[in-house]
Amino acid sequence: MVETPKDYIQNEENIIIKGNVAAAYAAKSARVQVISAYPITPQTTVVEKLSEFVDNGLMPGTQYIKVESEHSVLASIIGASQAGTRTFTATSGQGLFYMHEMVHWAAGTRLPIVMAIASRGPAPPWNIWADFTDVLSQRDTGWMTAFASSHQEIYDEILMSYKVCEDSDILLPKFVSYGGFILSHTSKPVIIEDQDKVDSYLPPLPSEEGWPHIWTDPKRPMMFGNLIMPSGFYQEFRLKIHDAHMKAKAKIVEATKEFERVFGRNYGNGLVQEYKINDADVGMIIYGDLALQMEDAVDDVREEGYKVGMVKLRHFRPFPTEDIINISKKVSLLGVVDRATAFGSLTGGPVSCEVKSALHGVEGSAAILPIINGLGGREVTLEQQKEQLRTLVKLNETGEAPEDIIHGTYWDGLLEVK
Amino acid sequence: MTKLKEALESCQEEFFLPGNSCCAGCGLEIALRWAMKALGPNTALVTPASCLNVVVGLWPKTAPNFPFTNMAFAAGAAAATGMSAAFKAKSYRFPGKGWDKMTAITFAGDGGTADIGIQGLSGAAERNSDQIYVCYDNEAYMNTGIQRSSSTPHGAWTSTTTKGKDRFKKNLPAIMAAHDIPYVATCSISEPLDLFDKFKKAKSIEGCKYIHILAPCAPGWGFGSDETIDVARLAVKSGSWILYEIENGIMTLSRASKPLLDPSKRVPLIDYLSKQKRFANISEKDLIELQEYLDHTWKRIEVDLSCQDNYPK
Amino acid sequence: MTESKKEKWKKINKSIEERPKVQEYKDWEELSPIPISLPIEGNIGETGDWRTFRPIIKEGCTKCGICWMYCPEGVIKRKDDGSFEIDLKYCKGCGICAKECPTNNIEMVRESDVKDG
Repeated sequence: MVETPKDYIQNEENIIIKGNVAAAYAAKSARVQVISAYPITPQTTVVEKLSEFVDNGLMPGTQYIKVESEHSVLASIIGASQAGTRTFTATSGQGLFYMHEMVHWAAGTRLPIVMAIASRGPAPPWNIWADFTDVLSQRDTGWMTAFASSHQEIYDEILMSYKVCEDSDILLPKFVSYGGFILSHTSKPVIIEDQDKVDSYLPPLPSEEGWPHIWTDPKRPMMFGNLIMPSGFYQEFRLKIHDAHMKAKAKIVEATKEFERVFGRNYGNGLVQEYKINDADVGMIIYGDLALQMEDAVDDVREEGYKVGMVKLRHFRPFPTEDIINISKKVSLLGVVDRATAFGSLTGGPVSCEVKSALHGVEGSAAILPIINGLGGREVTLEQQKEQLRTLVKLNETGEAPEDIIHGTYWDGLLEVK
Repeated sequence: MTKLKEALESCQEEFFLPGNSCCAGCGLEIALRWAMKALGPNTALVTPASCLNVVVGLWPKTAPNFPFTNMAFAAGAAAATGMSAAFKAKSYRFPGKGWDKMTAITFAGDGGTADIGIQGLSGAAERNSDQIYVCYDNEAYMNTGIQRSSSTPHGAWTSTTTKGKDRFKKNLPAIMAAHDIPYVATCSISEPLDLFDKFKKAKSIEGCKYIHILAPCAPGWGFGSDETIDVARLAVKSGSWILYEIENGIMTLSRASKPLLDPSKRVPLIDYLSKQKRFANISEKDLIELQEYLDHTWKRIEVDLSCQDNYPK
Repeated sequence: MTESKKEKWKKINKSIEERPKVQEYKDWEELSPIPISLPIEGNIGETGDWRTFRPIIKEGCTKCGICWMYCPEGVIKRKDDGSFEIDLKYCKGCGICAKECPTNNIEMVRESDVKDG
């Protein structure tokens, strides 16, 4: 139970808002204490809406810092979080790349920061539309990473993230990523929850003493950031970050279950959300907004008589290895749809590489067809997704591969000017 | 103006514990020692990559007996902004617990201020971030082995300007004054009580304060470890390093520098330069340029000071 | 991981009196999540052994305090009677005090010449 005084009242309301605005509402519901803001398309509305909240007194006590670059965004959030406050910010694409140095720093400081990422394609050439390469390229930094596929999920996942991040066994920062423009700038009904309910779900704001592992208190002076020699515990501190990720899996499952109990919305087990995969012959692993559309594609293709299913990947870090292994034993062929690139890797797609890694040496696991589509916000229609499912069926039944297999990956939707 | 006798009575506490990794005779250490005597324990210090990051020792032991954090190179001013904001957020949530009395301070080297850190510093100054930004200036990237920074003076040897630096020293205090922040000051470690007073004044002002301290470095500048104070004093006495304050746009020369408006009172520049091995091979031409630059700077100050009375209020 | 191993690091969050002076961890499981350092005198060792020359305050000291003011390390301590004493455990022998003493009452004596052993 949060013990802060009731400064303002947020009753439950169902409003039609953009995905970015949903992220802003989530930060408000989470009672964040310090926000750092810098504009970048397509995230800008997040910080604009938060500015509105703060200026209109709807977030009393919250400090809103208007910095001069994304590097300073994360630097100021790290400073604020170290001093023992709940923090929030948002960015996209190039901004995330600019703060990359600080992304490592935040994870190394094990600060429970939540950052909304309205994902966009990396430049050059300039591209401001949905593409998850920005957040997925932060793979090794130590941040947890979740995908939101719907407007409601943006709001919900940010709340669930604070619960997991601030757990004293976890203490990791987290990205909540959603497709730029597709979710950030379109509007859908979103339930903004009653503040009391949110307070009962989330852990309380940090006490005066700050976080358990780092604090800024003249009565208990300490220093952080020393040099550690190679013969010192550096390697061990790094192991602890990895260990925290592994432990986070169970906490994510727990937090998701608790979320359903309090708010009534289900998100699978938190790490993955299965849809009609149990009796399927072939399945699709997919993340982001396209996952929602894939559900419709699965329904339509099932009506054509094919037993297809899908799995919405909700977390990229920690990677749900055990769940992927279980799923791969249910079907004979799994397509893995990436809306991002990992150049020079086995498949060219970050998630398909991770899936292949997870399934290495697993007896009876499905074959994998890596798929890449929708880069730079290229539209992926329902028809296209239905065709992808039929492609899986054909490949599974006849061994016939689709046309655009390049270096072992199906690059769907490539342009060809006739 | 604090006198030594008063300081002896009231400033005995050492906040930067001895037995640390600073070089013998380190200029930075004197600066930090006196800055902390003025600021007291309710200080959260952020230091971007610099000597200060490293002299505090190896984990799990450290020297500063007050909240202290290392930070990435370009992130000093922004991190202190964040801390300052957190203290405000905490004083809202926990009123009367002293969080509003916490001072956030960035203690950066000249590299982390004038070069890689200038974007963050300019941003912090523009939004009047409530912090004291301190640049301890040893006039090069000393921690990595004496490479030139934009704060290295003309003619000085560094490992990346082996024939002497071509460009002149970047005038950071002037840049900071142009941001219209409430307080800008320059200090020298040869005047610790002047430094003490300036920090005390800075602590009492709300908003962004900038203090630039000349902190000579024995290995980097090439003089004996016992000459640190002497070199800093000569920098002031020759007029090469000018001590002043700019409060709300109005400049006041400090006690040690004021008499030097009269050129005859200035110690010859060569006396200052000849103490440092980094100027050992300075050419006649460079020497003349430096002297001209110094004279020109003082003439400008003289003009500026006389015009100040005519500034619109 | 046993409960006590997991909890050991949390002691550093306590007050100065209750927390360990120096943290000691056996292995990665006992470690705190991040490397926090606690302030302690002589964190890098007894830096007195850096010295080649040792400062000795002579009889004629006028107790002006200038050496105390300029000592970078802060090892010159003022005693109750106003006189000064140098903490030789940490004094690095830079020589600034001797150089700045206005009455030349601090002498830098070569360590190997000092007879107290």
